[in-house]
Amino acid sequence: MNNTDSINEDKIVLKVYRENRGQKSGAHYDRFEVPYKKWTTVLDALLYVKSYNDPSIAIRYSCRMAMCGSCGMKINGIPRLACYTKISELETSTIECEPLSNFPIIRDLVTDFSLFFNHHKDIQPYIQSNEGVETDTEKKTFSFYQSPEDVDRYLQFSYCIKCGLCNSACPTAGTDLRFPGPQALAQLYRYYADTRDESKKRLDIVDDRHGIWRCHFAGSCSKVCPKGVDPALGIQLLRSYMLGISKDNKELAKKIEINTDKDNNSN
Amino acid sequence: MEEIEQPSRNNLEGLKGWLNPSRYGWERISYWFQRLTGVFLLLYFIGHVYETSTIVNGQNAWESFLELTQTVWGHLFLILVIGACTFHSANGIRLIFTHSGIGLGTPGRPDYPYSPSSLNYRQKSGIWIALILSAAAMYYGFNILFGE
Ligand code: HEM
Ligand code: SF4
Ligand code: FES
Repeated sequence: MNNTDSINEDKIVLKVYRENRGQKSGAHYDRFEVPYKKWTTVLDALLYVKSYNDPSIAIRYSCRMAMCGSCGMKINGIPRLACYTKISELETSTIECEPLSNFPIIRDLVTDFSLFFNHHKDIQPYIQSNEGVETDTEKKTFSFYQSPEDVDRYLQFSYCIKCGLCNSACPTAGTDLRFPGPQALAQLYRYYADTRDESKKRLDIVDDRHGIWRCHFAGSCSKVCPKGVDPALGIQLLRSYMLGISKDNKELAKKIEINTDKDNNSN
Repeated sequence: MEEIEQPSRNNLEGLKGWLNPSRYGWERISYWFQRLTGVFLLLYFIGHVYETSTIVNGQNAWESFLELTQTVWGHLFLILVIGACTFHSANGIRLIFTHSGIGLGTPGRPDYPYSPSSLNYRQKSGIWIALILSAAAMYYGFNILFGE
């Protein structure tokens, strides 16, 4: 049997991108042979290499269960979560791990998310109850009434774990640093669609030459998103409101003031 | 050790990533073709205006320019224009709807294995139809231009 193209019974070659700008050795790939089982993930394989071959490989991970969004990297050329990608599913005998494109490389597979998080902060990712003011938590506490339909308007977008895979796949994010990217744009829609949010200025943030109009619906963000967020859908729905095709007839959630005065509550 | 070129500071995929549309499904191919045909049509349009404006230099200038399109290469070029026009218009109409949030489905509660509603089969069929129409138009144009 030809072993180069078919899947080796129990071992694969892990080809890892290495780069340390502080050192003279330029960018290169290191190769390691790693045993695997049906359930071994690429993150497992990288940790195996770190344990038994080369502890100096830099990776970032935490939850190991597609919840924290820190292990994003290009695996066989496509942005994926290392902890969410099984070796057996890739069906190649060599697995190539590279840092996410469109993110500055810090070292090896670790990339810099500063700009990504700044784009996220720019869209004001929090519920605003009165024009630009965050939900008033000083004295009064409010309870909002939302129907299941109200929740469905934004729930899927709130599943975003900020892993950055979408921005790495996006052809516009790959050429324009000022473009907010699919992650931030979809989050803007998430808050816009929320009936608790009263902000009237939200849409202005991305109504810019480098803003939402740079999305060409290549759909690559939704293709790679590991959480089913479908950022491309959020962006097109948002654009529909901005173009005036969908009418903004959002009914704000009813606010009920909760009496937090302990003396009154206790019997 | 296999030395490779170090990426630029921001590690942007840039044009190199753009040139390979094969990694992310049909929607990325649609985006790629739409821009490729768009830029091609723009260049054609400029050339076309230049070509038709030769008439101000008299009938001879006009006819000598027109002869360019009467060659085999001229015919092949026109067939490409026909294909690009058909794809760009058909897919362009689809994109006008998607950019307006129409035909992409509504947000819901995603379940594993996730299947994004914006990448649905109605949209994929739209891309395929644009490609098939474009091929058919090119075939028709080929028969007219090269036919007896
Ligand atoms: C000679 C005529 C035309 C020229 C020169 C032209 C040129 C272009 C160019 C250069 C692009 C690329 C821009 C981009 O990637 O966004 C483009 C995109 C596009 N064109 Fe055209 N076009 C023409 C006719 C049409 C027609 C007839 C339609 C509609 C039926 C149309 C609809 C579109 C759409 C929807 C896009 C995509 C915009 C986007 O990607 O966001 N175009 N066109
Ligand atoms: S939208 Fe999806 S791919 Fe993008 S950051 Fe959020 S979870 Fe990751
Ligand atoms: S380690 Fe948390 S998402 Fe992969």
